[in-house]
Amino acid sequence: MATEMPNDDQAIRARFHIVYGEFSLAADLTLPGRGVTALFGHSGSGKTTLLRAIAGLERHPGAYLEVNGEVWQDGERFLPTHRRPLGYVFQEASLFPHLSVEANLDFGRKRLAAAERRVDLAQAVELLGIGHLLARRPDKLSGGERQRVAIARALLASPRLLLMDEPLAALDGKRKAEILPYLTRLREELDIPVLYVTHSPDEVARLADHLVLLDNGQVAASGHLAETLARLDLPTAVSDDAGVVVEGLVAGHDAAYHLLALDFPGGRVQVAHGPESPGKRLRFQVRARDVSLSLSERDDSSILNRVPATVAAIADADTPAHVLVRLEAGGTPLLARITRRSRDQLQLQPGKSVWAQIKAVALLA
Amino acid sequence: MPFGPDDWNAVLLTLKLAGTTTLLLLLFGTPIAWWLARTRSWLKGPVGAAVALPLVLPPTVLGFYLLVTLGPNGPIGQLTQSLGLGLLPFTFPGLVLASVLYSMPFVVQPLQQAFESLGERPLEAAATLRASPWDTFFSVALPLARPGFVTATILGFAHTVGEFGVVLMIGGNIPEKTRVVSVQIYDHVEALEYTQAHWLAGGMLVFSFLVLLALYGSKARSRHGY
Repeated sequence: MATEMPNDDQAIRARFHIVYGEFSLAADLTLPGRGVTALFGHSGSGKTTLLRAIAGLERHPGAYLEVNGEVWQDGERFLPTHRRPLGYVFQEASLFPHLSVEANLDFGRKRLAAAERRVDLAQAVELLGIGHLLARRPDKLSGGERQRVAIARALLASPRLLLMDEPLAALDGKRKAEILPYLTRLREELDIPVLYVTHSPDEVARLADHLVLLDNGQVAASGHLAETLARLDLPTAVSDDAGVVVEGLVAGHDAAYHLLALDFPGGRVQVAHGPESPGKRLRFQVRARDVSLSLSERDDSSILNRVPATVAAIADADTPAHVLVRLEAGGTPLLARITRRSRDQLQLQPGKSVWAQIKAVALLA
Repeated sequence: MPFGPDDWNAVLLTLKLAGTTTLLLLLFGTPIAWWLARTRSWLKGPVGAAVALPLVLPPTVLGFYLLVTLGPNGPIGQLTQSLGLGLLPFTFPGLVLASVLYSMPFVVQPLQQAFESLGERPLEAAATLRASPWDTFFSVALPLARPGFVTATILGFAHTVGEFGVVLMIGGNIPEKTRVVSVQIYDHVEALEYTQAHWLAGGMLVFSFLVLLALYGSKARSRHGY
């Protein structure tokens, strides 16, 4: 597949104002033209409405949409869905029941001019692991297989923007786990910008590079994943689940203790894991409730991962007993959830140097 | 030989009428059904009701209005005359026109239901895969509505075979032109030729049963299909 040179036009600009009776959605977004952008929010926050508007499945006058330099909609123009070079994965696979898997895969592909085909059948089939299913009918597939075929079908339309509407939401936990690795590969191996609608923090942590938080039809935040997750003024932070996602480089493996070392700008963490090739990028998650703070490096502790950090800000947490502390560790934001009493005992305030003791690091791979 | 030449002519004419009518109805009924299934226009109600009228109207009422409209003083009659086509009543084309109107709901309604049961999703999926609306109609909507087409074809054909009132009003009773089986049976009974009437009536009975058997059989099968 041809990879395009990045340029200044690599952005998705979307401006929509949508009113449906009681519900209204106002979005004015500039999103990166590459990588995975998660549209995250509770049900009813407007994320699917926004995705359908971007696909042109709903027509909203007065909107503006530009994808990597191409205007799809403005005051005068409205490209109908079938003229937009996009791929769309619905929550339910929505395969055509009268066609075999292979004919489903071919549906979008054969409608492209040869010069527009940038993903070939073998590549998509291999990427989603569906080679053994080609001759089957959709009703002979499991839910997870169906969704993998739907994703491959969308890819084979050689989209310049891939839209995914909660592609895992209709699947049970086991099937989700079956598909997530394919999505991770997709992100790593194909240079197609993705807008990914989800209400699952786990999927955001694994897949997203950029995060848009939608709340009741309003854009509460839009920014780089790590930065946005560590913002104290957002509803995502104020919960028991608050945490950050950090990208690290594999530095080495300690076979004797079965520990993998990962370097990130704030230091090094070790995590219980098998060996990985050095230099490989891996994401890990650090939850706020797994980070405790001390004023000196405590080497008499069982906690393995300690990194020096500076207190950047302190905010109220979800209970009156706790506060959330935002830390900067070599430019990497971290969150710590500690008691209000500890804050006062350690006399924490912005600018103070501390040691962050990280009790648990979850590798997202 | 239970069937005389007149009987055979009536059977052939009936099949020709029903075949022509069904073909025309599939051709013109499909866009009407598609429109009825998809539109949000206020016209949906009135058009749907007009299509369904033959279900409740006595055939003689429909036949009467057709006779008046197509006749020498009716608007369509004057049009066909000025076009050099002559008058339609008591001709085979006139009978076809009447049958098309009379059997319309039996074709349009199953098609409309089939199109409605598709839902938006397959059509949207096709649009996201670069298929234009026409392309989507032929490559997705039509194949998925196939069970509806089977029902519509069988019902349209069978209902046209069974019509009597409209035929008498608009077609009359002209051998080889408008005398179909149902009229021929009536003639036999009038003439007290009960044997011939039995053969034709029995034939119709068996035919109708087989048609319905095929219809319900295919419905049972399609439930086990996709």
